[in-house]
Amino acid sequence: MRWIHKYKNVITALSGLLIVLAFIANKAGYSITKEVALITATVIASLPIFLKALQALRLKAFSIELLVTIAVIGALYIGEYVESAVVTFLFLFGAYLEGRTLEKTRSSLKKLTDMAPQEATVIRQGEIMSIGIKEVVVGDRVIIRPGGKVPVDGKVITGHANLNESAVTGESVPAHKQIGDQVFSGTIVDDGYIEISAEKVGDDTTFAKIIELVEEAQESKSKTQRFLDQFANIYTPSVIVLSILVFLITNNLLLAVTFLVVACPGALVIGAPVSNVSGIGNGAKQGVLVKGGEVMDQFSKVDTIVFDKTGTLTKGKAEVTDVHPFTNEDPDELLRLVAEVEKVSEHHLGQTIVKEAKQRNLDISNDPNQVEVVKGNGLQAQVEGHYLVIGNRQLMNQQDLFISEEIDNYATRREREGNTAIFFAINNEIKGIISIADQIRKDAVEALAELRANGIKKMVMLTGDNQHTAQLVAEQLGLDEYHAELLPEEKVEFVQNLKRKGHVVGMAGDGINDAPAIASAHIGLAMGEGGTDISMETADVVLMADRLKQFAHAYALSKATIRNMKQNMYFAVGIVFVLLIGVLTGYIHLASGMFIHEASVLIVILNAMRLLKFRPQQRKEFNIKNQPAYT
Amino acid sequence: MKKAVFQLEPLTCPSCIKKIESTLGKTSGVHSTKVLFNSSKVRVEFEENQVGVQQIEGVINKLGYPVTSKKVS
Repeated sequence: MRWIHKYKNVITALSGLLIVLAFIANKAGYSITKEVALITATVIASLPIFLKALQALRLKAFSIELLVTIAVIGALYIGEYVESAVVTFLFLFGAYLEGRTLEKTRSSLKKLTDMAPQEATVIRQGEIMSIGIKEVVVGDRVIIRPGGKVPVDGKVITGHANLNESAVTGESVPAHKQIGDQVFSGTIVDDGYIEISAEKVGDDTTFAKIIELVEEAQESKSKTQRFLDQFANIYTPSVIVLSILVFLITNNLLLAVTFLVVACPGALVIGAPVSNVSGIGNGAKQGVLVKGGEVMDQFSKVDTIVFDKTGTLTKGKAEVTDVHPFTNEDPDELLRLVAEVEKVSEHHLGQTIVKEAKQRNLDISNDPNQVEVVKGNGLQAQVEGHYLVIGNRQLMNQQDLFISEEIDNYATRREREGNTAIFFAINNEIKGIISIADQIRKDAVEALAELRANGIKKMVMLTGDNQHTAQLVAEQLGLDEYHAELLPEEKVEFVQNLKRKGHVVGMAGDGINDAPAIASAHIGLAMGEGGTDISMETADVVLMADRLKQFAHAYALSKATIRNMKQNMYFAVGIVFVLLIGVLTGYIHLASGMFIHEASVLIVILNAMRLLKFRPQQRKEFNIKNQPAYT
Repeated sequence: MKKAVFQLEPLTCPSCIKKIESTLGKTSGVHSTKVLFNSSKVRVEFEENQVGVQQIEGVINKLGYPVTSKKVS
């Protein structure tokens, strides 16, 4: 039995040839040859259909094959050999073409899964061995040679290399990785050599999660799809009832069965999902994970975008531009004390200060105690017998620390120049200010212009940073609104306010500290280099490569996907009515009906396939130099 | 309760989804069935003391969808 399914394509081709032969024989006047050819074609092409119908029937399942089988037997009975041959051929050929085209729409997912690594080279007990990917455990020391695939997520412990991370980020420019850097399963070592310590294995790797997410997303249904499902639920039984009616009225079994076969809502059922699959597939290829049809739908309606500043509009990799003391003390010594306290801080500004101290080769080995973090403002702690308060202006005011005119002027000047000014007081006296500056992302201006061109009406920036820095960024990027010095919960409040006013809000942040705001927006977007677990869970759209251009692409893509889905829907509904009316009025017969039916299914698939190649129109290059801080 | 994922040959007709889901749904010991149409996978949750993986695979095969690989967890 299996061989029939196996040779289905051969059978299809053979029956097609026989039909051609029959037509030639007919022209030449050999009517017996014609009949024999047609009957043979019918019989061989019926085999796989008949078999499938039988298999389903044995398990008491109803199938479209059963309908076709009934129709073919009916046609043979009344001697309509042309009909029977053409119908069976079209049914098989249609399925073949649909399979081929569907494969194309699914190709992006297939390409992704094909990139999954299969084996790993590990060192265990001093021995180098090659093992299957499933046998790698956390803590294994894994070797990756040039051209090799990183098998699991982990940290580099020896060596350095350039890695192609396109499987995870969609970005094809290689990234340089050295000791301490995170590498992801599925990425490829371009040149260099690294040994890594396995941290996440099996289904826990970022790559495995991406695949699972995309698979889930492609299955999940959009509103349009659910509407179509409901439609099909009413439609299918009513067609059956109608066909029984047709039979009772006309007493014509063939017409009734034709009606049933032709009315099968193929294009209707496949039209919306296939657009979704293509759209999501296109996104995945570009490093944009869209979590399902519903998200596509909602995203395409977004008219207001709220951006977090740091890490979203700017690179988020701030640098210390100045350590300015207000007394005669050594700036390095002051920085050293501040850095010792900031060691325990998880705030990115704190980490920047620690990094600067390390770069200046300062000894920051003493640990602080009695650390108290004032969320959104700074922190205070004891270190080496000194009491330090480090943070923004508000924190200094809260602690009743005196800000002299000199200090105030200096801070304001630094802020105007685009820095974040961090005050620090030692033993209740403000000793100096550390300036930190961040840079606007290179592609920000272009990406924002694209978003606006695609229909975003309002762009707002929210930041916990100071007023001056915020203003500079907002002006440079041409944002409609900005709000500075906000706490995380105030960002959430702001997003909810916009929602109440009737805006469809998209919130873009860097995933971790913006998670609450991202979760409260209609559509949450997370920028995550490589994607953190949190951002992949809370956000609706994940931008894997950390590029704003991906954002613009995702938005345009969502609009294109929904447009495509609507085209398919209107087309499919239209075709159903044409077919039904055609059959009832006698203009469409079994064979021609099958042809229109199969053709319509192919057309919706082909239409959806256009989405795979979708790319937003290239706009002229905007040049924004890497200048500091006009952030 | 166990979970099994069966990889099938590429699914082409959406009506296959209903066919597989409803037939497996009638099999005793099967808790839930989900057909992932686009990745051509069937995800089944089942009670291992009532029904075996082989049996579930058999049902899918008998319906006319050869199972190419499977993963049980």
